[in-house]
Amino acid sequence: MEKLILPDIPELHKVDVYEANGGYQMLRKALGMKPEEVTDEMKKSNLRGRGGACFPTGLKWTFMPKVTTKPKYLCINGDESEPGTFKDRQILEDNPHLMIEGALIAAYAMGIGTIYLYVRGEYNKWIVMVQKALDDAYAKGYIGQNILGSGFSTNFYIHRGAGAYICGEESSLMNSIEGERGYPRVKPPFPAQFGLWGCPTTINNVETIANVPVILRLGWEAYSKIGHPKHPGPILVGVSGHVNKPGVYEMPTGVLLTDIIYKYCGGVPADKKIKAIIPGGSSTMILRGENIEGVTMDADGLKAAGSSVGTAGLIVMDEDTDLIRVITRITKFYYHESCGQCTPCREGTGWMFKILKRFENYDATLEDIDLLLDVANNIEGNTICALGDAAAWPVQSMIKRFRDEFEQRCKANGSSTKSVAKEMVHALR
Amino acid sequence: MVQSCNGAVVQRTNGAIQMMLSESSLQKIEELKTRYQNPQAVVLAALWMWQDEHGWVSNEGMEYVARLLGISTHHVYGVVTFYTMFNKEPVGTHKLEVCTNVSCMLKNSDKILKHIEDRLQIKVGETTPDKRFTLVEAECLGACGYAPMLQCGDEYYENLDEAKVDRLLDDLK
Ligand SMILES: Cc1cc2nc3c(=O)[nH]c(=O)nc-3n(C[C@H](O)[C@H](O)[C@H](O)COP(=O)(O)O)c2cc1C
Ligand code: SF4
Ligand code: FES
Repeated sequence: MEKLILPDIPELHKVDVYEANGGYQMLRKALGMKPEEVTDEMKKSNLRGRGGACFPTGLKWTFMPKVTTKPKYLCINGDESEPGTFKDRQILEDNPHLMIEGALIAAYAMGIGTIYLYVRGEYNKWIVMVQKALDDAYAKGYIGQNILGSGFSTNFYIHRGAGAYICGEESSLMNSIEGERGYPRVKPPFPAQFGLWGCPTTINNVETIANVPVILRLGWEAYSKIGHPKHPGPILVGVSGHVNKPGVYEMPTGVLLTDIIYKYCGGVPADKKIKAIIPGGSSTMILRGENIEGVTMDADGLKAAGSSVGTAGLIVMDEDTDLIRVITRITKFYYHESCGQCTPCREGTGWMFKILKRFENYDATLEDIDLLLDVANNIEGNTICALGDAAAWPVQSMIKRFRDEFEQRCKANGSSTKSVAKEMVHALR
Repeated sequence: MVQSCNGAVVQRTNGAIQMMLSESSLQKIEELKTRYQNPQAVVLAALWMWQDEHGWVSNEGMEYVARLLGISTHHVYGVVTFYTMFNKEPVGTHKLEVCTNVSCMLKNSDKILKHIEDRLQIKVGETTPDKRFTLVEAECLGACGYAPMLQCGDEYYENLDEAKVDRLLDDLK
């Protein structure tokens, strides 16, 4: 397949090269259309968000009020902090103008006058790169007042985070832009009614927005035929862990996981067997290696297999992997990143981590498996934002699919000392 | 602290007047204020500037930023303590942040961490006595395919092994 998001064109991050390859022509095209027509293209294309929830993008745009006395905002989510996920950074580095052009088209479609790109604080190097691209786009008249003589105006700013996974959650992201602590908000009201400073706001992922000019270029019909019909388009799959050639690969949705691992990534080092995979970032449910045959990278395929696409950050684990260490480390992450607003998440993540430490140290009993599951079940669905669920799912799926690993980790004589984990929080972090 | 003619807060140290944020940062903050509905939204950016110029965010820094933006010090304190990247105490010249999250763990990030601890003779969370290095453990830094990795300043050092770490530490000395 022709690469559409990250084509192999040298120096594409430079505005001149981008323009020479048809760049900003879709912005021109969009400005000649009615805003509703642009949104309609998105709806018909079936583009679904690449930030983790697969929400239909065109539908999301229609939630924005057409008539309002308040300013409207677009936030582009470049927080990218889900473990296993490193794809948006590639767009920011290699094709920032595609994302910028997509954002301008989105702003035009929804009548938005200010765009914020929220980027995680650690990505300062990439912020500098995108700022250069923005400056060039301003200088060429693509951003700012009366864009290309159309009468449409919008500004585009980068907002730098400062280290907090939770700020990728859309309402937390808005609070972070407002200069608050990054606490998620209770929904409803939803961002399209009550977003940034209480004004209508749309939040979309960096990769989602990069698809927008592609849809206008190919037309919705051709786009919707790429990959899986219910979840079409190109998708950036970031592969990490035990593969020979890890990295970010662009492919149509619907590719077999085994093809991703063996054809794109050159297989597993030393030809070892695959014990388990996590298909879409640390929040998605773990799958057993022997069950990935025939499973495809798209919303339906992974749902049928008992997991989800998430951010398409595929983590591969070979037969020698200690899965108890894996789940303990993942749980430590959620414990560290819980914002602390809701009791089930704040306390539950800490308890899951403590119990898992007992398994890690061969100091657990069989009852601890049920206790762990009980804590996870009581977090799921009982919290303000989805971080609670994201912490529960990996634990639940690990117990469901690898119960034997837990059983082997119990103390032989069943007399646990119920030791308490010493290093509960990171030093200085 | 006293108010200078241009509205910036200045501090007297040994009789000399010292700006607490550079003139260029203060100008930048004024420009940033125009980008948002209210000045509070500039708090992260202002704290970044403070940390870049002073190395960490002291109580003084929080008070200063609060005054600059017309918000309360306790609000700024709440923000500083929420975000992990703000240093709440002084750190070494080079802060080494080693990712130990799942993808890096699968590629033996614990060995990298141990190697640095041994070479620098410090534990995670500590600073070398000469104040050159601080070592911390980090959550996923978005470089999972290039694991194991560490961040130092704005730079990412990826696909690490022990020899690469040795070279890096020599270069940073
Ligand atoms: C805890 C948590 C963290 C999230 N982190 C991110 C993130 O880093 N980047 C992102 O695009 N979406 C993230 N999301 C999803 C966003 O809330 C939101 O659904 C998404 O940005 C919408 O964009 P999309 O519709 O284009 O996918 C996160 C959600 C949760 C609950
Ligand atoms: S679920 Fe966790 S992260 Fe989300 S709001 Fe509640 S405490 Fe905060
Ligand atoms: S897990 Fe280390 S960078 Fe993502």
